[in-house]
Amino acid sequence: MIENAYQLIVYVLTLLGVYEWIYGIFQSFGIDYVLQIIIVFVEIVILFAFVLVTVMFLTWMERKVVAMVQSRYGPMVTGPRGLLQPVMDGVKLIGKEDIIPAKADRWIFTLAPFIVFIPALLVFIPLPFGKSLIISDLRVGLLYIIAISAMSPVALLLAGWASNNKYSLMGAMRAVAQDISYTIPLALTAIAVVMFTGSLSTVDIVNAQGGTWFGIIPKWFIFIQPLGFILFLIASIAEMGRIPFDFQESESELVAGFFTEYSGMKFAMFFLAEYAHLFAVSGIIVTLFLGGWEGPALPFIPVQLTSLVIFLIKTYAVIFFAMWLRDTVPRVRIDQLLNLGWKIMVPLAVLNLLLTGFIVVAGVI
Amino acid sequence: MAATNAFFDNYLPVAILTVIGVVFVAVSLFMSRMVRPSKKTKEKLSTYECAEVPVGDARIHFNIQYYLIVIVFLVFDVEVLFLYPWAVQFRQLGSLGFFEMVVFIEVLVIGLAYAWRKEALEWIQ
Repeated sequence: MIENAYQLIVYVLTLLGVYEWIYGIFQSFGIDYVLQIIIVFVEIVILFAFVLVTVMFLTWMERKVVAMVQSRYGPMVTGPRGLLQPVMDGVKLIGKEDIIPAKADRWIFTLAPFIVFIPALLVFIPLPFGKSLIISDLRVGLLYIIAISAMSPVALLLAGWASNNKYSLMGAMRAVAQDISYTIPLALTAIAVVMFTGSLSTVDIVNAQGGTWFGIIPKWFIFIQPLGFILFLIASIAEMGRIPFDFQESESELVAGFFTEYSGMKFAMFFLAEYAHLFAVSGIIVTLFLGGWEGPALPFIPVQLTSLVIFLIKTYAVIFFAMWLRDTVPRVRIDQLLNLGWKIMVPLAVLNLLLTGFIVVAGVI
Repeated sequence: MAATNAFFDNYLPVAILTVIGVVFVAVSLFMSRMVRPSKKTKEKLSTYECAEVPVGDARIHFNIQYYLIVIVFLVFDVEVLFLYPWAVQFRQLGSLGFFEMVVFIEVLVIGLAYAWRKEALEWIQ
């Protein structure tokens, strides 16, 4: 039984007949743990490359979707259908002057891009991309994801505070208020899912959604938890800070929100983190409510491959929904946002939790 | 396969990814430092305020209302933490565990209602 990407790599190496040989060499020096670290390093580099390529693709996709909605072409010049546009953006940003305002706090100003980028990466560790395509199946997977996501307000506040700019500080304060208000319904609806699975491990959550009812309806949690799904989706979009909840930036009021003063590569880091977070959150929604990588298996093709494709299709569907929402919905007001969070979403999430508990105790499902 | 403990196996990727993340950001900032221009002028380094000369300091006092929301959040966040172990063991606990948690949640809902009534959840008063 192959459980994670590490064991998959070992399995492939064993099939190729080289694993025993390499392992023998390392063991003869008594440093077999070095081999383990190397394999983990390789899988992490693959994940990292995947995230970077995905982020580049997402920036291109976002522009194309906006263009489609507005009856334009979007980027068309660099590469086929503008696909190389993100690469050019990167090259451009590397060459841009990096300005640290004289009044800013230099160290915290430089620290903020690190703190914003690393949690956005760490969320990917327990994300199941496909059957056995998971870096590490943490037993506290879901709690880990929520804990790591909770670090992002810290980074925003650091950036806003260090800039010593009114727009930045306002943007950061709003972003923090928004993030913490929507973490509560997010975590509460996730708990309702955990009550069914009895496990925080993302792999167990996906496995619990395998199979069908009456042979047609897949056992996804969206069908048992429709209210939970809607709440989780709204809370995720608010947590990502996308339109209609993009108060951290709100261009028309706050210039660029907490990263008004950032330029060049530091700006790029905020940008990368934002899109990495978009993919991760969509992946989490798919894992929790849309059956993760569960789906029809094809003959002769390794299940790892089909499950990866299924996961990506579902994730991109959620991402497309978020982009579509951005183009069609106006921004709400900040007090409306907090009212929605505390006075509607939190009570509904509590209600959802109690209903779920009742259903499980009564033995309906 | 080497017989190491499960904790090490599970969290080694987290440590390595953190290191790679730090190195990636540091290297890209350093690379950009190598190629980018750096012509600093007084105006360029001044705080951006829509082309005006900045007035006063950005770090002003914030309304107390802001902290009320944060305190309400803290209460609920701790509550959610208590709910996680309960949810994992939910099926084993049975109906008794469910009704015990109903009482716990009820107390918090009353707390939320109190905060609501006291207008602690309002952004503007």
